[in-house]
Formats: sequence, structure tokens, C-alpha cells
Amino acid sequence: MDLTPSEAQQMLRHSAQRFIAERCEPTARRHAMQDPMGFKRENWRKFADLGWLGLPFPEEVGGFGGGPVEVGILMEEFGRGLATEPYLSTVLLAGALVAECGTEEQQKGLLPAIINGERLLSFAHYESDARAGLSEVHTVAQRDSHGWTLYGRKIAVLDAVAADVHLVSARLPGAQGAGLALFLVPKDAAGVTLRDAPRLGGGRVAELTFDHARLVPDARLGTGADVLPTVQSIVDRAIVALSAEAAGMMRSMFDATLDYTKVRKQFGRPLAANQVIRHRLADMYVECEEARAMAARAALLVAADIDSTQRSLAASGAKVKIGRCARNVAEQAVQLHGAMGVTDELDLGLYFKRLLVFEALFGSVDHHLQRHAELFGNSRAE
Amino acid sequence: MSLSFTAEELRFRDEVRAFIAARLSPELRRASSLNVSFFSDPDIVAPWQRALHERGWVAPGWPREHGGPGWTATQRWIFESECAAAGTPQLSPMGIKMIGPVLMRFGTSEQKKFYLPRILSGEDRWCQGYSEPGSGSDLASLNTRAVRQGDHYVVNGTKIWTTHAHFANRMFALVRTSDEPRQQDGISFLLIDMASPGITIRPIMMISGDHDVNQVFFDEVEVPVTNLVGEEGRGWTCGKYLLEFERGGGVNSPKLRYALEKVRGLANSGLSYKAIMLQEIATKLSEIELDVQTLEFLELQVLSALQRGENPGPVSSVLKLRASEIHQAISRVGVEMVGQNALVEETRRPLHALKDRPLIPEEVLSVVPRHLNGRANTIFGGSSEIQRDIIAKQVLGL
Repeated sequence: MDLTPSEAQQMLRHSAQRFIAERCEPTARRHAMQDPMGFKRENWRKFADLGWLGLPFPEEVGGFGGGPVEVGILMEEFGRGLATEPYLSTVLLAGALVAECGTEEQQKGLLPAIINGERLLSFAHYESDARAGLSEVHTVAQRDSHGWTLYGRKIAVLDAVAADVHLVSARLPGAQGAGLALFLVPKDAAGVTLRDAPRLGGGRVAELTFDHARLVPDARLGTGADVLPTVQSIVDRAIVALSAEAAGMMRSMFDATLDYTKVRKQFGRPLAANQVIRHRLADMYVECEEARAMAARAALLVAADIDSTQRSLAASGAKVKIGRCARNVAEQAVQLHGAMGVTDELDLGLYFKRLLVFEALFGSVDHHLQRHAELFGNSRAE
Repeated sequence: MSLSFTAEELRFRDEVRAFIAARLSPELRRASSLNVSFFSDPDIVAPWQRALHERGWVAPGWPREHGGPGWTATQRWIFESECAAAGTPQLSPMGIKMIGPVLMRFGTSEQKKFYLPRILSGEDRWCQGYSEPGSGSDLASLNTRAVRQGDHYVVNGTKIWTTHAHFANRMFALVRTSDEPRQQDGISFLLIDMASPGITIRPIMMISGDHDVNQVFFDEVEVPVTNLVGEEGRGWTCGKYLLEFERGGGVNSPKLRYALEKVRGLANSGLSYKAIMLQEIATKLSEIELDVQTLEFLELQVLSALQRGENPGPVSSVLKLRASEIHQAISRVGVEMVGQNALVEETRRPLHALKDRPLIPEEVLSVVPRHLNGRANTIFGGSSEIQRDIIAKQVLGL
């Protein structure tokens, strides 16, 4: 038992901190957010140079064999600096699914191009009438002698506007189980419509419509088996990674608030001279520490060889605990900044919005609390 | 970074498990599980302390030279976790975790030689003389006076909230030996024999029905000058050192986990419905489970810092604050789970020795008193408000 980071992990953190300090300071960040793609392509190339795009992939496909702990370190620093690069969508979601489900040929065709920064992928799964259950998919893929035809509509597709390929989930009529499969859809495929919008707090989000979208026969990712369990596993890992990012964002909001309450004077003394403010700051500090601990714990558990129930418990647990802490820290940070807190002149609002994204993505805190309670009860009944 | 234990640590864990299995009798386990107070009565503690003493395991945190086992931080964690999981009686912290470390740091060699072995054997039972009726959170304003006359001090005044004063034969106390511009500078740290003439003890009953605390009066009580710890007027330093141990020196999450397991177990206690099946209870238990997991990880981080030879620092205030709040959340959900069975008030103690058959199962009977008793957790050892002040000042630099 030792929670001391290794030398390599410390170096990874330092390089992420350097990147954030150099390329993600407030002016550069606002500038990147204005980009039609939601981020700067030269930063993405830097990600590739630093080896981050290959970090979680196995060495056989050109990756660096890092795990959830290393990903968590990167994500925490991205959160502190509010980076908008599509790391989640391309690497942690679509890339991870290709690595898990793709045929050898598909992996060889896509993963090196992801790792060297040439190609971007999006993951299109959620639909407008789905709440949080990953099986609620109505998009349908029909097979015929020429290949596949896709019908359906996906929402909340992260960074789709920048993607070269969309990884789209669809139901196979007449298939066993959930009957879910994934399809590689080139961005310019016929019958695909993309409607893009800015995403809360930075980045882009899109709706993708597939109306008789024609796909080649080998557009289907992998072969045979229902992909729902794999999607579940990748989404759980993504939640763990996002938890670290949220912990980083919370810390930045807290630091800004602490600094502000020290210098802002009213009634002839700093705000932080008042006990009501000091105690609130103490509680925010405790929540930041708790969030960071919970994110690190979840990453360590997922990195260890645990079964899918334990992994889901770790992910839902992190979402609930960190979601609760994040809500309070974000709201109090705005509150303690007074009127300045609700202006767009500070970056505080960007963090606030990004923490809303954390809460909304992949199921609400309440959803994950129910899920945790159910899984926890079942795992003990066995 | 790794959460798993080494083979050697696993061997140690098995050794601890085997010891507990061999020495913790079912009667003792039952008595301990029905104990509702944060502190256990001597009739529960004494047999377990004897067993630990034979093995040299009474004081996990003490170095070998003073009769401790000389364990690493991880071994201490494993030992505390196994004891908590098995529901062993909790030894009194006043000797082992409070005055012991203070004597090791500030005591004379005579004091160490005399007192430390008697703490380990259980021959001495200590109580803490800190708070006074007018000095609670503002401890430095304390007024119990010690006036030096030749080779002894004469002590006059009163201490309050003195846990187990009625069982103790010794007290460590903060007393005022002089009036200084800075109140802390006139305070000294004294060891007082509770059998001294002039000491009277008034019991104070708790809302739970427990008799844990007392008020202690000193009327011309003579204390030998050799019972001064550290220098005269420097007692505040000893007192603060002790509070760091009281707040963060321990490992709390395994005990909280045990308490949570006990509450979960209420679902099988013959209640009219299985409360645990209710979704509102299940989600509350999940939230508390997550709080315990978080605290556990924070404690493991402190453990790793200790292993690296670093000082855990003021994070002990965070741990104390959260542990006490989580403890209360657990006992509160317990009350919710027993429903209208909570109406029965039982103030007789100890619960494990009740002669007549109670109206409701005894583990259900213990739920409400435990909840009431636990309200003190965010008050003693520096209230939650004081812990937040400490975090603001020492961690946030405010």
C-alpha cells in the first residue's frame, strides 16, 4: 500500500502543468474557444508530440500503455486549466472503443492516426429520449447486399464538428440481447447531417442525423458480439477520467475564490476576515480534497483488475461524491465573488459551466446514486 | 501508486486476524457491539487490554523503546482496520493516544519510566482535565489555579466534561500558574493523582442516558512539583501537541465502516419490514458509504506521507471534521431504519448486562442512544467550528 506517485507519473503531471501554463492561460483559452473547431489544432499536435494521444493505448498499436491513473493525472491538470481539446471524445471514448472492439485491420487503420494526431473521432451514442441508460438506443442499422443503411438521430455528440469519423451506435434488427453495434461513419458520408453548436464552457457539441446513411460493409466496428457491455465499461472509465478533470476545475475555482476573498475589502477589512466566509472556504477546501481523493481512488480501482460491477460502482461512486462536492464548490465560488461572479469578465463562469457539463454527461448524480445503491445491494446479496 | 498490500503486509494481517479470532470471546464481542458511547466502559476494555498487553500490542503507535510494537504506519493501519472490522473493544485513548505521546515528547525520564508502563498494563486509567465551565472552545482562558508552595502546587478550581473521571486514577490537566499578557503563556501541564484529598467528582448525565462525563472540583489539592510536565508556563505547547493526536492521530474510517455495517445489519434484526429494501434508505446508505470511502482514501494518503517520513500536518483537522460528521450521519440513518421502534427509551447501562428481556431486540435498542451520544462527536476534541477555524488559519493561511 503506497499512494506515492511514481517518478514517471510526477513527470507526466509536470509536463501537463507546463502545457497549461504556456498554452492554456486565460487569453489563449478564450482565443481557442473562439475557433470554429472549439480548440486549436496546433495544441492537438502538441498533445501528440507529448505522447498524450497514445497514453492509454497498448504498446502493440503504438500507444504507451498508460492506465486510468495516468489519464487521471492529465485530466486533473486539463481541468485546472480548462483545456478544450477533444481528448475525451477522440481518445477516451471513440479511440478506446476502437481499441476494445475493432478488428485488427480497423485498429491498424485508425489508432496510429489517432495517436499521431492526424485523425479525430467522435462518439455518437445518446438520443434525445434517453435519460442515462446506455441501452436506450433507437437508431437502426440495416444490412443489405451493398453494406449498411443507418437511420436515427444522436444528440450531445462531443466535438463532432472536428471529427473525421463518427463512431455511431445502432440497433441491429432481430439481433440477440441488446443487439447493439458500433459503426464507423465518415464525416462526409451521404445521408449524414451535422448541426453544430458551442458547448457550455468551451468546446463544441452537435446533433447528428442519419437519414438513409449509406455505409460500406466493413463500416461495422468489430464482429459479432453485442457491444453494450463494452460501451458500458468505456463510459465508466470515462466517468472516472472526468471525475479527475472535475476535481481540477474545483480546485481552480477554489483558488480563485480564496485569492479574491483575501484582497476584496468591505467594511474596512478583507472578506476573508469574516468567520462566515472563513468557514465556507474551509468547507470548500475539504470538498476539493475529498473530490481529489475520490477521483484518485476510482482511478486506482479501475486500474486494478476489478470486475465490471466493481468498476461501475467506482465510476458511479465518484460521480455522486464529486458531483455533490463540485456543485457546492462551484456555487459558493460564484457567491463569494459577489456580482463579479456572475459576469463573463472572469473565467469563473467558464468553470461553472464546465462543471455543469460534468454533472450532465453520462447520467445525472441522482441516476448514479440509484445505480450505486442498486449495484451495491446486489453485490452484497451475492 | 498502489492500493494493494505486499505479501509481507498480508502475512501481518493474517497474524492480527488469528490473534483476534483466538482472543476475542463472543461475549466480549457482543458487549462491545452494544456499547453505545464513543468510550467503552472499563469492564469491556480491561479483558481486551490484558490480551493485547500479553502480545505487546496495546499501543500500535508507540515506538519499541517505550513498549510499543514499533510498527510501520501500514501495519498500524492494518491492525486498526482488523480490530474495527472484528468489533473489538476500543481502548481508552486518554492514556495511549493522549498523555503517552506527550510524556514521550516532553516528560522527564522518571516520568516516562513510571507512567508509560502503567498505561500499557492498564494499571493507570487517565482522564483529561482541559475544559472548564467558562473555557470551552476558548480553552486558553482557563482559570483553574496552581500556586507553587515549596515542593508542591496547590490546585483550586474546576474542570468539566471530564470523560471517565469516575473510572480514572490519574488526570492530566492544564492549569494556570501565572497571569501573563498572552493567556497561553501562564498555563502549565500537571499530572494529578485522582485519590488526592480535595478532589470531588460530580457525574453529568448525557441525553442518551450514558454517564461518560463529569465535573471535577479541586479544593486545595496538593500536587508534587515533580508532576509538572515540561516547563512551568509552557503547558500550552504540550496541550496543543496532544490535541493534534486527539484529532488526527488515529485511523477512523475502519471504525466508521464497522458502524455502517452494524446499521446495515439492522435490516436483519427482526423489524417488521426490511428497511434496507426501501430505496430512500438504500441511497442514503450509498451516500454514506461513499463518504467513508473518501475518508478512507484521505487517511491512506496521510499514511503514505507518514511512510515517506513526512508530517501529515494540519490535514488532521479535515479528518476529524469529516469523521465526526460521517459518524453522526451513520447513527442518524440507523434511527430512520428502525422506524417507530425508536420510541422506546432505555437509559439503563450497560446494555449488554440488562437482566430483563427488552421490548425490542437489543441491537435495535442501542440505535437511539448511540445517535444521541454521537451528537457529542462534533463538539468534543475541538468543535467542528474550531476545526474550520484551524483549516482557515493553518491550511488556507487566512
